[in-house]
Amino acid sequence: MTTISTTEYAAPQGSGDAVAARATELSKVYGAGETRVVALDAVSVDFRRAEFTAIMGPSGSGKSTLMHCMAGLDSVSSGSARIGDVELTALKDKKLTQLRRDKIGFVFQAFNLLPTLTAAENITLPMDIAGRKPDQAWLSQVIDTVGLSERLSHRPGQLSGGQQQRVACARALASRPEIIFADEPTGNLDSRSGAEILGFLRNSVRELGQTIVMVTHDPVAASYADRVVFLADGRIVDELANPTAEDVLNRMKRFDGRGRTS
Amino acid sequence: MFRTALRNVLAHKARLMMTVIAVLLGVSFVSGTLVFTDTVGDAYTNSSAQSFANTSVAVRAENATAVGDSDPGEAPEELTYLDQSLLDQLGELPGAASVTGSLSGFTAIAEKDGDLVGDGWTTRGGNYSGTRDSRYPLVEGRAPAAPNEIALDSETVDRTGYALGDTIRLSVDGPVLKQKLVGVFTTDDGQVAAGGSLALFDTPTAQKLFAEPGKYNEIILKAAPGTSEEKLKQQVEELLPKGTEAQTGTYLADEQADNIAEATKTLSTVLLAFAAVALFVGIFVIANTFSMLVAQRTRELALLRAVGATRRQVTRSVLAESFVVGSVAASAGFGLGILIAMGMRSLMGSNVPEGPLVVAPRTVLAAVLVGVLVTMLAAWLPARRASKIPPVAAMSSVDQAPTTRGLLVRNAIGAALTTLGVALVLLGAADASAPWVGVGAVVTLTGFIVLTPLLSRPAMALAEPVLRLFGVSGKLARQNTVRNPRRTAATAAALMIGLTLITTLTVVASSLQDSIDKMAADSIKADYTISMANFAPLSGDVAEMLADTPGVTEVSPMRLADTEVQGHHETITGVNPRTVSSLLNLEFTSGSLDRIDDGGLIVDDDTAEDRGWQVGDTVPLTYRSDQATERLTVRGIYRGSEMMDGIMLPTATLDPHLRDIRDPRIMVNTEAGVSQESRDLIEKALGDNPAVKVQTDAEVTDDINKMISMTLSIMYGLLGMAVVIAVLGVVNTLAMSVFERSREIGMLRAVGLDRRRVRQMVRLESVAISLFGAALGIGLGVFLAWGAGELITDKMASYGMVMPWTTLGIFTVLAATIGVLAALWPARRASRLNVLAAIKSD
Repeated sequence: MTTISTTEYAAPQGSGDAVAARATELSKVYGAGETRVVALDAVSVDFRRAEFTAIMGPSGSGKSTLMHCMAGLDSVSSGSARIGDVELTALKDKKLTQLRRDKIGFVFQAFNLLPTLTAAENITLPMDIAGRKPDQAWLSQVIDTVGLSERLSHRPGQLSGGQQQRVACARALASRPEIIFADEPTGNLDSRSGAEILGFLRNSVRELGQTIVMVTHDPVAASYADRVVFLADGRIVDELANPTAEDVLNRMKRFDGRGRTS
Repeated sequence: MFRTALRNVLAHKARLMMTVIAVLLGVSFVSGTLVFTDTVGDAYTNSSAQSFANTSVAVRAENATAVGDSDPGEAPEELTYLDQSLLDQLGELPGAASVTGSLSGFTAIAEKDGDLVGDGWTTRGGNYSGTRDSRYPLVEGRAPAAPNEIALDSETVDRTGYALGDTIRLSVDGPVLKQKLVGVFTTDDGQVAAGGSLALFDTPTAQKLFAEPGKYNEIILKAAPGTSEEKLKQQVEELLPKGTEAQTGTYLADEQADNIAEATKTLSTVLLAFAAVALFVGIFVIANTFSMLVAQRTRELALLRAVGATRRQVTRSVLAESFVVGSVAASAGFGLGILIAMGMRSLMGSNVPEGPLVVAPRTVLAAVLVGVLVTMLAAWLPARRASKIPPVAAMSSVDQAPTTRGLLVRNAIGAALTTLGVALVLLGAADASAPWVGVGAVVTLTGFIVLTPLLSRPAMALAEPVLRLFGVSGKLARQNTVRNPRRTAATAAALMIGLTLITTLTVVASSLQDSIDKMAADSIKADYTISMANFAPLSGDVAEMLADTPGVTEVSPMRLADTEVQGHHETITGVNPRTVSSLLNLEFTSGSLDRIDDGGLIVDDDTAEDRGWQVGDTVPLTYRSDQATERLTVRGIYRGSEMMDGIMLPTATLDPHLRDIRDPRIMVNTEAGVSQESRDLIEKALGDNPAVKVQTDAEVTDDINKMISMTLSIMYGLLGMAVVIAVLGVVNTLAMSVFERSREIGMLRAVGLDRRRVRQMVRLESVAISLFGAALGIGLGVFLAWGAGELITDKMASYGMVMPWTTLGIFTVLAATIGVLAALWPARRASRLNVLAAIKSD
């Protein structure tokens, strides 16, 4: 396994405007002494605007840690993480919270929604928190795109897993964040619902110009992305543009001898 | 399975904390009460046994209750005394080593600054027999030998700072006595040990003050060596005249011990009732905790079932857990109870005789049983629910949907109970039937408890406009409160119970105070009312003396006497017919005071109606003191009140029938009206007597109102424990719901809810629950107070319900404050949640 120099994966344009988020020499270390675990080892990567990036890697490769650090959910041991022009490592909790609220959207694997709120309320939650009025035209466009207009007054308990995840996607999109982080968004779904969600995420990048970073260990899911970044042992080991599921699977096999993907 | 239970308890230490504290407080209340009352009872019994150490046989008049302890207002002529000749006869008995004639009665002592020593109830006087009275060993000076000398107990001397040779002002029944302190003695007397004072006169002086010359209240014999108490008693009984009785010292000590036991039992019953309320509230906290623990462990319990545990085993494992929790809490509570008892004991200080702390085996047993049983009882339903979890639940990963089903039956039962309870209270109130109102109150409260989940939704909907002001956190808080109606309800109900009782008491007490104020203002016109500090009657001379005092315009005694009228016992009042109408607000419904001097009387409207008397009727009155019967004519019927009722007649008619003229109260008008000048004038006329109180009608009611307020404060204190436990319940519920919702809170934090608003969300939920409980409690409390008020109105016509808005407002503010305080820790925890850990936790 070779370590590939970071410059190879930097944004070709090099312009700040084209990069939605950027990690530079980002390291994350847990514990100390014998129990010291390096989750991220000086990772540098750019996530370009209006691009759908998938982060892939086996369990323990650091893909989720990278996402958490980039999304301001976790602290960084060294290096820098930026969303747009904002350096996350310099921010205190309050500013970080605001940043997440205003500039980042999230889709998690499970438990994405508040069970007490209706689908509509869940979608507008980040804007409610910010005290902003949602842009109605945009909102209905998002809701139409995810195909939820019939179910807006339902509570999560009355929705299927796929529908719940579509609500989560709509929530992430509704506030027009600079970047959406999705953590195994299809992990809990059957393949049909999963395909719907992935198609929807890809469309939102193509049609709405959204930037999305998705963590997954599923080659099929990764094949929906414009670009796949491979992580192993806390380092970026490879990258693939416009991948197919097969390409991804082969690439995975290359740095995981036993072909395990999770 | 027991090991699983133990592991679970250890694993959920933090979550069980509030439950343990709730049980612990309840148990400490119970054991503290038992230890304290046992200790005090024991101390009193010991000290009373000591006071009878020198008494082999005591002789008293049969109808003299405890020596000199006549009830306030009881007609004094009932007391009969023992003659000197009896004393002499008894002295010659072969079995008697010594014979002492004893006298005693209320004696007020003035401190150096003129204030009364003690509270008027435990200041007593007696006689010092001869030059060396074995009952009272002298530590300083000598025995009182002249009419103007006294000896005082050493504790009182220490407290007041008097020294031998000082002149002390005292009062027995009115006139001030100026006595020289010649001796200081110690005594085993129980009342002195309990903080009272004892002043001893020489025997002739004491006879004059407490009985009649040559007479005694009691004769005390000490048996000669070789003669048993019983033997001596037999000898004594042969000599006793009719109307007197002899008792052995052992019997008297036992009797007193029984009285003490009775009194401490009453005290402990009252305290235990409050402890029961606290424990009852605790049940809600415990049940809530175990319900939540079971809900959180659904998958775990289902796994147990899947691998072969029977339903019974699952139930038992939860019960075993509650057993462990109960045992730990009970042991700790018992320890705290002993500390509480010690604390209360030292708070009472010298008002209680010295004695060791008494921890009866029953106390230990009660503490353990109460703690364990209450906990297991409360955990019973959650345990059964646990056993009903199907094994398949182990496989499902679906998060629990909010539960609203299953409330239908509960609501129906609650509605039925509430309706029944309210109906009972209404019927009871209409009929003035206390048992109905009482049962109705309990049923209504139970109905409310059952019904709280149903009520929580509309209540929270009502709160919505307010919560909306707080934006997202307010909205989320509201939704969280209705998410698990059972839990919200149990939490609020715990608070409701305490507040219902507190509100009922408050409304009744303030209504009473208000009615008493009004009543006094309505019935008393006199500038001043004069009475003794211990409500003992004043000597008849006092009224005469006041009448002769310049500056005093009108005087009337309120002279009580017992009579028999047409087979009914009737306490009648002798008044001065010329002044009474300007001292009392007598409103005649028919007839008048005219011609009352001419063998007449006046009577209140209620009595007249009861007996069917009308103006002009003739009524035969038999005086109990001389058994003479006199026929008097009803001259007037006046509107009665609690301050004045029954038959009134001129003192001139009454006095010839009385052996002793004594007045419980004297009413006075002065030239200057109510003023410092008038007060000084009267007090001077009374010789600045420490035992006599000169009060305006406001001051008279003030005394009563102070007593009501004090009782109320004590009740608040006792119910406080129930409220504290309810607050723990609020803390518990919030902590649990924060714990359960940690992923949700993590998600909220991830999408941008800042810490401040997370805290606010938890706090608002807490305040909403607290206010919900408070609103129910206050509402129900007012209703029950109304029911109780209807009962009081029956006995006390002038009672009218008054809403103490300010106090109720304070309760509401306090409830909100409780909400804020209860949320402190859970809100902090919620805001400090690690976002990542929260999202990942599964």
